[in-house]
Amino acid sequence: MIAYALYGVAALIALAPVAVALAASPRATSTIYWTSLLITLMLALVAMLSLLRGTSSAVTLPLGLPWIGAHFRIDALSAFFLLVVNLGGAAASLFAAGYGRHETRPARVLPFYPAYLAAMNLVVLADDAFGFLMAWESMSLTSWALVIAHDGDGENVQAGYVYLLMASFGTLVLLLAFGLLAGADGNYAFEAIRHSHPSAALAAVVLVLAIVGAGSKSGIVPLHAWLPLAHPAAPSQVSALMSGVMTKVAVYGFVRIVFDLLGPLQWWSSMLVLAVGGVTAVMGVLYALMQHDLKRLLAYHTVENIGIIYLGLGLALAFKAFGMEVAAALALTAALFHVFNHSVFKSLLFFGAGSVLNATGERDMEHLGGLIHRMPQTAFFFLVGCVAISALPPLNGFASEWLTFQAILLSPHLPSWGLKFLVPAVGALLALSAALAAACFVKAFGVSFLGRARTTAAAKAQETDSNSLAAMYFLAALCLIAGVLPGLFIDALAPVAHTLVGARMPHQAGLEWLTIVPIAESRSSYNGLLVFVFIVLSGSFAAFAIHRLASDRLRRGPAWDCGYPDASPATQYTASSFAQPIRRVFGTAVFRAREIGEMPPPGAMTPARLTVDLRDLIWDALYAPIAGLVGFAAERLNILQFLTIRRYLTLVFAALVLLLFVLAVWQ
Amino acid sequence: MIRDLVLQGVQMSLVLLLSPLLTGFVRKVKARLLRRRGPPLIQPYRDLVRLMHKEVVLAESGSWLFRVIPYIVFAATWVAASLVPTFRSGLLFSWSADLIAIIALLGSARFFLALAGMDVGTAFGGIGSSREVMIASLAEPAMLMIVFTLALVAGSTQLSTMAAYMASVGVGLRVSLGLALLALIMVAIAENARIPIDNPATHLELTMVHEAMVLEYSGRHLALIDLSSELKLLLYISVIGCLFTPWGIAGADASPAALSIGIASYVGKLAVGGFFLAVFETAIAKMRVFRVPAFLGAALMLGLLGTLLLFVSGSL
Repeated sequence: MIAYALYGVAALIALAPVAVALAASPRATSTIYWTSLLITLMLALVAMLSLLRGTSSAVTLPLGLPWIGAHFRIDALSAFFLLVVNLGGAAASLFAAGYGRHETRPARVLPFYPAYLAAMNLVVLADDAFGFLMAWESMSLTSWALVIAHDGDGENVQAGYVYLLMASFGTLVLLLAFGLLAGADGNYAFEAIRHSHPSAALAAVVLVLAIVGAGSKSGIVPLHAWLPLAHPAAPSQVSALMSGVMTKVAVYGFVRIVFDLLGPLQWWSSMLVLAVGGVTAVMGVLYALMQHDLKRLLAYHTVENIGIIYLGLGLALAFKAFGMEVAAALALTAALFHVFNHSVFKSLLFFGAGSVLNATGERDMEHLGGLIHRMPQTAFFFLVGCVAISALPPLNGFASEWLTFQAILLSPHLPSWGLKFLVPAVGALLALSAALAAACFVKAFGVSFLGRARTTAAAKAQETDSNSLAAMYFLAALCLIAGVLPGLFIDALAPVAHTLVGARMPHQAGLEWLTIVPIAESRSSYNGLLVFVFIVLSGSFAAFAIHRLASDRLRRGPAWDCGYPDASPATQYTASSFAQPIRRVFGTAVFRAREIGEMPPPGAMTPARLTVDLRDLIWDALYAPIAGLVGFAAERLNILQFLTIRRYLTLVFAALVLLLFVLAVWQ
Repeated sequence: MIRDLVLQGVQMSLVLLLSPLLTGFVRKVKARLLRRRGPPLIQPYRDLVRLMHKEVVLAESGSWLFRVIPYIVFAATWVAASLVPTFRSGLLFSWSADLIAIIALLGSARFFLALAGMDVGTAFGGIGSSREVMIASLAEPAMLMIVFTLALVAGSTQLSTMAAYMASVGVGLRVSLGLALLALIMVAIAENARIPIDNPATHLELTMVHEAMVLEYSGRHLALIDLSSELKLLLYISVIGCLFTPWGIAGADASPAALSIGIASYVGKLAVGGFFLAVFETAIAKMRVFRVPAFLGAALMLGLLGTLLLFVSGSL
């Protein structure tokens, strides 16, 4: 299996120089994307087969550092993430086969796209720290190149700069984590790390480093600042990959280090992960609610879902620490199922946003509206994505959040007092974020797709091309399938849970009507299929009965609006006004939100103005001081650039003396 | 099997048929409390029939989604209401959704209704949707905290199991249950757009929420939406009834006599619930929209407190 996977990766890598050579040709776009589609589909097949067979296979290639070689391995965990990466990659390639035709600078996108896919695949296949970090860094660099593909826009360059800084910081932290794990002998192969048992203090340090290193890539609060800048800046198929897939690769890094390599952890380590998850979930959705740029809103919302995933992982850690393996398997399965679900619906939503961007040239929701009339199919698929991400039954987002809630309900059995207080609070945060997510997507869909067009660009939008629609159709169908048949996915995740926490959830596929039952039927059960069938049946019954027995007449007329209809679309609710009540409830505390109204005196001809002032407290408290400090230090150190040769020699000499002195003391 | 199917069918038609009556009853009691004669009890049925026979006047800017949403909202609410044990627990399909899923089904209905408010592109629709999601963003977590409290007491999120546990002698009076009941009533008032959160009997008021959202609906679409709101009121009273007054609910293998007792006690519970609602609504004034977060925040805190108490000690 691993051989086939590596062939696929090699093919993707080989595609990058082909793209460079072809870039000038008009057929380059379709060649590259269709080839990527084929390769990723093959890789997805390999991943699915190895996940279902539950076997692991490994290979060592004479690459990389000469005395180590490059280890690659595919086990249940990497097979699952390989599937997530390549399903997302396949959908993005199919979408881009249509969407990419409108790319103004294909030479800046095409070579990096397959390389980026290859790097993400390599991260999940790597079986030694060296290969992992190399792949991780290539993933960062190729995506950075894609973020700044349109460097004419100053905002994109700025986003790329922040992204590059944060990505290097994250890799540095992971490097330290692996350095500690490898120990003094430098055992960089994962197999050796797994068998070395670090002390409790060392394990705690590695855990914190893993949260910071992998977490900064997946966008946990407060390390999320780069994410809403970088994800929307890239072309939409890449935004989908970054938000839907790369954040999941980062989650893979965290799971691999903490659940697999690190060995048993103290119970309090789970509290850290839980708290990070809960805060990230709520902050992410609150940030998202305040946005009116469609792609940025989606990017912020990724932060929320990452929070939900970390919350599940934290619960799994807590259960595992106290030897409650079955509960740990439930929490871990919930988190991983959410990984899959989020990669599906977030890619779908970014494709929708990309199609809108293509059709109207607008990302700002305040300039959209009424697109459901002009782009009915895109609107339908975007709506499916919105329902799924808002965790509403019968689609897939609900199934994984439901499992997370069931895991929370098992936690009173945890013997630790700290967790007894933390878990209910985190449960409340999860419930709050789920409800706010629904509000956020009523806003996103309602303002962009419903109502009346706010600009001529929106009024003249055209439905997107068939390739993009096919990609969205594929993902929307996955949302429904995973929502109504969650049991199949839970069963497929069983080997992953078994290798990581030593237990699995009960077998689901054999249950009546394909119900899912996490613990026991008297305790809780959910059947997405039946709920879906019931809704369809009762809706059709109502429609049939009314149209047959009562009236089916319909007349079009002007809107009623309480008798005061206003012809101007400007009187509609906008994205900002829609979020105003929620901003008033939560924003004053979280964002120091202030509304400043300027009312001109009677008789004056100037318009009245209402400005909203939002502050990002995390940016102010964490990033601004660091940036200031770095700037200050750079200013001071600047004089080093303009010294005479004598002074440089003195400095070198002083450094040498200092080093020798340190060495002498050390001995 | 056939018997189970029939009983499930009885439940589905029972909730559908009783819900307009409940609304009519609440209106009647409110009118009597104000010393008016009030409309007859069956007036809501007449309204529904009349609306269904009228033609729909659809705004020119309304989309296909606007026409589909009433059916989605009705279907989701009806399915949710059919899964709550009313006169008999352990119905054929009761295991297909637990209480969390029922709450989420109502969430789906609300999601689509809020979208409908945005569809035509008028200021009134927007104001309704925007306020509705603000209320929901607090009411839904509060409801989930209540579910947590009850589920921790009963050891299950399955309504039939919870009702059976609550009916057993071992429960007793508990602080956490008291907190949950209080919070549940607060959430039920908010979710059903009753005074003091919203006024179901008003139009042309800047404070209205639900009515503003559905302002553009007419004819059969409006009938379905009204019926869904009536079903939702019935659902919340049924949930309170089956969890806090689980007496008279027939078991899984009940005789016809027990079933008729079950139906009679269910109707009795609805009447008592409706009566108290009417008295409460008459006695209190509507609050400003921006007082609502404080009201619902209190419900959320009560629910969280109940959950915390149970995490600390299973017997509180």
